[in-house]
Formats: sequence, structure tokens, C-alpha cells
Amino acid sequence: MSEGALLEVSNLKKYFSVRGSFTKKVRAVDGVAFCIRRGETLGVVGESGCGKTTLGKTVLRLLDPTSGRIVFNGVDVTRVRGARLREYWRNAQMVFQDPHTSLNPRMTIASTLLEPIRQYRLGVGDEEAFLVSQLELVGLTKELLYRYPHELSGGQKQRVAILRAIITRPKFVVLDEPTSSLDVSVQAQILDLLKDLQAKFNLTYMFISHDIAVIRYVSNRIAVMYLGKIVEIGLADKVFESPMHPYTQFLFSALPIPDPKLAKSKKKLLIPGEPPSPINPPPGCKFHPRCPHAVDICRRQEPQMIEVEKDHYASCWLHIKKQ
Amino acid sequence: MTGLREGEVLRVEDLHVRFYTYAGVVYAVSGVSFYVMESETIALVGETGCGKTVTTRAIARLVEPPGRIERGVALFRRRNGKVVDLLKIGDEELRQIRGDEIAYVFQDPTSALDPLYTIGFHIHETVKAHNSKTNKKDILKRAIKLLKEVAIPSPEARIKNYPHELSGGMRQRSVIAISLSNNPRLLIADEPTTNLDVTIQVQILELLKELQKAYKMSLILITHNMGIVAEMADRVYVMYAGKVVEEGLVEQVFYNPQHPYTKLLLRAVPNPLKKIEKLEYIPGTVPLLTNPPHGCRFHPRCPFVMDICRKEEPQLVGVEKGHGVACWLVTKK
Repeated sequence: MSEGALLEVSNLKKYFSVRGSFTKKVRAVDGVAFCIRRGETLGVVGESGCGKTTLGKTVLRLLDPTSGRIVFNGVDVTRVRGARLREYWRNAQMVFQDPHTSLNPRMTIASTLLEPIRQYRLGVGDEEAFLVSQLELVGLTKELLYRYPHELSGGQKQRVAILRAIITRPKFVVLDEPTSSLDVSVQAQILDLLKDLQAKFNLTYMFISHDIAVIRYVSNRIAVMYLGKIVEIGLADKVFESPMHPYTQFLFSALPIPDPKLAKSKKKLLIPGEPPSPINPPPGCKFHPRCPHAVDICRRQEPQMIEVEKDHYASCWLHIKKQ
Repeated sequence: MTGLREGEVLRVEDLHVRFYTYAGVVYAVSGVSFYVMESETIALVGETGCGKTVTTRAIARLVEPPGRIERGVALFRRRNGKVVDLLKIGDEELRQIRGDEIAYVFQDPTSALDPLYTIGFHIHETVKAHNSKTNKKDILKRAIKLLKEVAIPSPEARIKNYPHELSGGMRQRSVIAISLSNNPRLLIADEPTTNLDVTIQVQILELLKELQKAYKMSLILITHNMGIVAEMADRVYVMYAGKVVEEGLVEQVFYNPQHPYTKLLLRAVPNPLKKIEKLEYIPGTVPLLTNPPHGCRFHPRCPFVMDICRKEEPQLVGVEKGHGVACWLVTKK
């Protein structure tokens, strides 16, 4: 176990069966290993269908892993059940992408927030007073307590969803695209709120997003996923300044830059095609059919993750060969 | 204004659109004016509900009840050089223009395509509606050529596909192919890449740029993504609560924003190339347009609000050539 790690995941796999077939599997997460240190934010980026949401859910045991190991705070939680699983969930929570569907439309904000408190028998004394104090944490007022989700704006709903996740004072929160359904100015508010809460309660985040600018803003380290695998992981500044994997390079060069002169002078790299199906991924390096640097070995053998510089790992034959 | 200036394709003046709902009258667009030159790209930007989409739909009279276009002029130069007011012409002439000279790419490609028909049929229908004499064989040939242009692999097979058989990126590209099928003079793209991944997004944007060059097409781009604006647009109109609050060349608006709303909006966008410690945001939320604030519509959220802002509405005034702002801070100077 590496030092300071709160969560350590090794060789995690999650396969889904395909209807009408015993042998075909969707390899949503296909052998992923990483660790998250206490108090940091690991950003996970990748295109739709690369398995980032499945990864988040599997890490939290909302989905049962096909194989692999998840160690949280020194305890192996890969197969725990019953009370020990509930204990894990008390410490590890999730905020979902769309607050319109993640809040129960038939429950008031108060009853939504009381559920985890009663579930875990947290002694909070006067429940109403406690809830009011908690609402203030996320910048909401007590008028909202007895309202229903449809009476709230998108930003307010997402604040409630965040509060529900942190009300048991977890150590770890998985944030799955928490701002992608919100407007830019509301997005900025929520991102700053998340940063404040992290500092206040010493939270550790796994922040999943397809928006690379957002990931850059919130993350200490980032992991880039492609077709169920992490292809590059490292300190955010290092990965952004010198991306090593060809896929990461493509991804970053595709970003629209909010600066007209820079945007018009920058040369765009275009990746041909679209990601292949995770049911039948290509052999060898999964990126090779779209990679301009692909050589023979890429088609035959899968590259291992290697350390290209301190705190910066990539799995690509280009870098393995150099060493 | 009676005519179009040299090189202008479209000029909208003082457009007002209201929606008569049970909750009251929604003043969705209140006095918007803008113009588009030949081969130019303009961007309409602003938060959700600021009237971007309604403005562009009104141009081709696509506003449906309870919405109504109350006032305004939308002059358009047709392919044959004739200048018409799109808000006044007869239905038959409008039908000829829609889908032929002015084409739309709507936000959600899934609902823009009819699930019961193939991609080839969609293109066939669009071409046939405007050139009834062309035969099916020629149209299918053209459909294949169009799909090839928008970089859809094996187009001969794809024209027989139904929308559900295509991925999101391919659907959006098909929608673009359909809209281009009659070589429009003006393409209106409403958030054309919002649901797409960045690598597909960049393909679509590059494609639009290329096609624009090839066909000398004008483009109205609606987006809230400032990165896309910076990359694509020649000029920008910043909208807030149904009004244009700032207009100018993309460089003027990005490097020298004058309206407090524009400034805040630009600062709220995370830049992937820079490490930012703290994002700024605009306090409060967009006002309900059933009862828009008096005076300047931005005043309840504005950090520089003055007395006059609450009482009187600022007019758009020029600060430099081509750069206009509607804000009392600027007007007073």
C-alpha cells in the first residue's frame, strides 16, 4: 500500500453480460489500477462510453466488481457485505450527474436529507436545527426544507445532492459529472462550493467528467481513460503540460480554448474515427486502430503502465521502448 | 432601415417575441438587432433562457403558439439577389427559403431525425421539396456525396440506416449533411456539439469551417461554450434576458469586454491551458422573463449597479468601431 493512500484499486474489472449471449461481455472497466491519496482530488476524464461512470460506481460497490481489489482506508472492501458494507458507504458517497433524477420527486428536501441521518443513527439532536445549519454549508436557506425537488432550480438541486452525500461526513466522495447539466455561471458556483467543502471537511474526491477544463480546475492528479482502461495517470500539471499517451495528446488538442488569438493559431490534431465497441475491443493496445504512431507490437501486445517521470504514468509502447 | 447593406445576408432589427402562457406573458426576446455578412460566422452567447434559440427560430417564423413574433424586421438576401422581409413574406415564399436558402441544425440530433425513416430518405425529402424535378437516382448520389463530405464512413451503406443505428456523433453529422443538402446561404447551428465528446466536437467544428469556405455560407452559431466561440466566430453577440448587451468582433469581446455580464461570463469559464486558483461566478440567477427587472435587466446581479440602472434602460452604444455595449457605466463616460 502506497503512503497516504485512502483508496487503492488494483486490477479492477467490471464486465456486463450481453443479452442473448453467454460469451459476449461488455468490458466496461477492464483492469484498472490507481490510488487516491487523502485530501486530494483525482480527476477521471474520457469520452462517453469509456467506462468512467462504471468505474466510479464499482469503486463504491454500487456495482459488484467482476474481479480485482478495492482497499479503502486499509480495509479490503471488494467483497464485504451487510454491516461492513454499510460502514463503507457511510464513509464513501456519491453525487450523480443529473440532480433532476437523483433526488426523489416525492420526498421533501428535509426528508431526503434525514434519510442518511436516520439510516446511520447519527445523533444530531434537534433534527430541524441541524438541517438548517447543514443547508447553510452549501449556501441554501431554510425556506427550502419543506419544498419538493421540482420547486428548486438545477443549481439548488445539485447543492442538495451534494449535501446529502456529505451529511454523514464521509471521507471520500465520487462526483460523477456534477456540473455538466448546469449553466457556466452556476457551474462555477458549484465547483467553488466543492472546493470549499473539501478544505473544510478534509474530503477526498474522485471527480469524473468529460469536460477537461473542469477537471483541470479541480484536480490534483488526473487519470485519462480509454475503452475501459486508464492510459495515463499523474499529477495534473504534468499531464497537462506534457501529455505522454497519443490519446491524451489528441484529447487535449481537441479542446476549444476560450482565447481567440490562441485558438486560431493552434494546430488541431484530429483523431480519425470513433472509439471501438467495448464488446469486442481490438487486441494489443486498444488505441492502436486510431493511433498514428501504431507499430507492429501495438497490434499484438498490450503495453504495461510505466513511470515516464516522477508521478506521471502512461501505458504506451512508444515510451516503453525508449526506456 | 429599408434595405440591406453591401455584403449583408441577413439583418434583423428590433425583434420582439413573446410567449402567452398561463403563468403570464414571457418576454423572451425584446428588441434584438443583429446582422450577418456573407461567409461570416457570428455567435450568439449567453446562459440558458436568454433568448438565443427563440431569436434564431423567429427568423424563419418557427415560433409556435403560445409564442408570437410581435414586432421586427428580418431582411434576407435571396440567392437571386432579391431582398425580402422574412417576417412578412407569404407562406409559399417562406417555404421555398426554409431548408433551401436558410438551413438549421437543431440542438438534439436524436429528436431532429424521424426514427421511422432512413438517413437517405431524410436527404431525399429535403432535396425533393425544393427541386421537384430531380430524380431519385441523382438525389441518392448526392446523398452519398454529402455523407462522405461530413466524414461518415461507408456512406453507401449508411444511407440505408435508420437513426437508431448510428452513434450520436454520426447522427449529428447526418443532420448537418441534411441541412447542407441544398447548399444554403445561411446555416443556423443551435448548440451543434453540446452532446458530443470533444474529439467528435472538434471534427464537427472543423467540418463546418471547411464547408463554410467551400460553399461561401454564412453561419449563425448558438452556444454557451466560450471556447467554441473563440475558435469559430468572427463576431459575437452576448445576450442576457432577451436582449443583446454587447456586440463586437470576437477579439474585442474577449480581450476588451465592456459589459459587466460579459466580463463575469468570461471569468466563469475554466481555461484548460491555465491553472486557475479560484473561478469567479455571477451572483444570483437569470431573472424570470414573465416579469423582467426594470431598467437594465442585469441590474439585480450587477456588482456595479447605480441608481440609473434600476430606472432606465441603457441603449446599445458604440465604444469602438464595431463594438457596442448596453450599459450605463459606458454610456455615462
